[in-house]
Amino acid sequence: MRRLLLALSLLAATLPAFAVQPDEVLKDPALEARARALSVELRCLVCQSQSIDDSDAQIARDLRILVRERLQAGDTDEEVKAFLVDRYGEYVLLRPRFTWHTAVLWGAPLVLIGLGAILAVGLFRRRRVVAPAGLTREEEARVEALLARDD
Amino acid sequence: MIVELGHYALVLALALALAGGTLPLWGALRNDTRLMAVASTTAVAQFILVALSFAALTYAYVVSDFSVLNVVQNSHSLKPMIYKISGVWGNHEGSMLLWVLILVLFGALVALFSANLPLRLKALVLSVQAWIGAAFLIFILISSNPFLRLHPVPFEGRDLNPLLQDVGLAIHPPLLYLGYVGCSISFAFAIAALIDGRIDAAWARWVRPWTLAAWGFLTLGIAMGSYWAYYELGWGGWWFWDPVENASFMPWLSATALLHSAIVMEKREALKIWTILLAILTFSLSLLGTFLVRSGVLTSVHAFATDPTRGIFILIILCIFIGGAFSLFAARAGTLSQGGLFAPISREGALVLNNLLLTAACATVLVGTLYPLALEALTGEKISVGAPFFDMTFGPMMVPLLIAVPFGPFLAWKRGDIVAAGQRLLFAFGAAMAVMILGLALMGTPAALALFGVALSVWLMVGSISEIAFRVKLGRASLAESWRRGAGLPRSAWGTAVAHFGVGVTVLGVVGATAWNSEEIATLKPGEAMSIGAYSVTMDGFVPLSASNYTGTAVRFTVREGGNVVATMEPEKRLYTVPNTPTTEAAIKTFGFSQLYVSLGDIGTDGATVVRIYWKTLVTLIWIGALIMTAGGALSLSDRRLRVGAPKPARRAVPVPAE
Repeated sequence: MRRLLLALSLLAATLPAFAVQPDEVLKDPALEARARALSVELRCLVCQSQSIDDSDAQIARDLRILVRERLQAGDTDEEVKAFLVDRYGEYVLLRPRFTWHTAVLWGAPLVLIGLGAILAVGLFRRRRVVAPAGLTREEEARVEALLARDD
Repeated sequence: MIVELGHYALVLALALALAGGTLPLWGALRNDTRLMAVASTTAVAQFILVALSFAALTYAYVVSDFSVLNVVQNSHSLKPMIYKISGVWGNHEGSMLLWVLILVLFGALVALFSANLPLRLKALVLSVQAWIGAAFLIFILISSNPFLRLHPVPFEGRDLNPLLQDVGLAIHPPLLYLGYVGCSISFAFAIAALIDGRIDAAWARWVRPWTLAAWGFLTLGIAMGSYWAYYELGWGGWWFWDPVENASFMPWLSATALLHSAIVMEKREALKIWTILLAILTFSLSLLGTFLVRSGVLTSVHAFATDPTRGIFILIILCIFIGGAFSLFAARAGTLSQGGLFAPISREGALVLNNLLLTAACATVLVGTLYPLALEALTGEKISVGAPFFDMTFGPMMVPLLIAVPFGPFLAWKRGDIVAAGQRLLFAFGAAMAVMILGLALMGTPAALALFGVALSVWLMVGSISEIAFRVKLGRASLAESWRRGAGLPRSAWGTAVAHFGVGVTVLGVVGATAWNSEEIATLKPGEAMSIGAYSVTMDGFVPLSASNYTGTAVRFTVREGGNVVATMEPEKRLYTVPNTPTTEAAIKTFGFSQLYVSLGDIGTDGATVVRIYWKTLVTLIWIGALIMTAGGALSLSDRRLRVGAPKPARRAVPVPAE
């Protein structure tokens, strides 16, 4: 999309290499699968919302290699993330961790659905008490008259 | 000279927009028909002037007039003609001019093709439209003027960006703008209704075709952009939850909700206030999208702060229109009368659920998109909200919505019978279950989640067919009778079924391309082969490329399946001469609905080439589904009811076949 327009200046500066090079791939398929899964969650720091798995920027390659080194050293996925956050800050995580300052973000979907549901239920409850059933004859006549007039 | 005429036409258009915004409004408030009648004339004249202005800019691009700053910055004499023309809107200034051109085009269409619209409503709608036009014309003339001259005149243009030289990118922005700006019409109708204090079913009937058209263009524009990213960016991704994508996706979600709530309003006069609110929200999100993309705020809050003129300007426009609209809404919404009553289990109830989930999903995307900006502005802390967040929150919200979709059309207005609806959907449910069970037997439990997605898409597709089958009494009456009933069904009923079927198709594509996407990376030398799925791909050798503005290398691959050659593919690496930019062009081959996708990495001096191959299961269905959805919208748009606004008994679930 047009994110490209914005990212172009960055892309133009780097030679088009590839996301995940053959020489980066680990021998152990289980470890490689974990590395790929982790890569999707990590941001290429100089790109516009690309993960290091997608990006062909040099820093993304460095990070991919770093992730694989940590995994080979026996780190768990969480330890790898923690290691990167120590170095690059929370910005590197594409899925923000749940902390007090992301509470609103993570809470939003549930709260929104809940609020909407309350409004919708209110729609039925209030109507049941106040409104008469259906359109009144008068209202219908008005609609018909209005439609007829405008034809 | 022509450029100056274009510039002058734009200033004239602004003057007319100011007149067209003031006089008819004054007339409507004073009940002066002569003043109200001005609206149509100014709307058409505005369109003619902005079109002239746009033509003048296009002319400057076509003849490569490098005395115009905008042309120098965004064109080059060596560009192929089609990209010289698409370059007109491939930059900030030109794209804003296109934005306004489409805005006044919609205004002119309302003026010319709404003979049945009451004069007062028409005057109000067109004056709101004129005010929006005026705001953006001022913006263009003051801070984004594409007609500024340059002295001394440079010999050559500066930009020949190869990534932007693409047919997809040439068509994508106009489509998207038709969608974005199309939403302004429903917004103008909503504001007119609020000013007028009167809103009824007829209002919904006038608004719906405009909303449908805007929605259709948005659908096409988003699908187009997604396909462009897929084939051009070289790693086969088709949706990134990028803020710019979200900026176009939010109005789409909101417009989808608006389409559905406008049905309730048209048929039952219920949800009036909500429909008005959605119409305002949809256009607000379009404006917000324009702001996000145009202000540079996305790159960083700080990037925005360093050159804030344009951003601030759009932000002011945003605040005036959205703030004004919401104030008016708050003041007037209470005076609008409540509409028809309905039980929770009813067609209206189903559409309320649709609106609830779509709006909540839209709000989630909004929060996810703006949260990092807000947090950085407030605390200075930088976080990222990317695809994993949206997949985790947006995905689960869509599941109940998609499960509910087939039920909707089977429920009666006012009070529906969910058991009866369920019985009519037994076949669809059976088909979905059969796919699920068969899949589990073949692939085992690891594929359960993906199979659930496939079952969901089958449920949607068979469910929408079931609805038509039920309404034409397929199997319960003679074929001739069913045919007659089918031909007699309103186009909007066909449109609904087709669009819902398209949703199922897109879901299938998304699930297939996500769950059964395989990928192989290797370094090959000529003569060597690698395999992916059932295919074996052999690298044959290099083919030198040369064109007017690039040179490069293609690599020829032969694809074999079980020893037989099924395709040859030639992905490329190009080196554009001005500016000196390398690009990669993927090669894509479609097998059925799935695609084989080959792209190149570094080519070593010894001919060893990094090759990346993807197998994308059913990926084309993502875009085919979007096309089907748009076709459904177009069918619905051609409904007689929407064309002539003819009153028609609408309360019957099964209409009598036309004679």
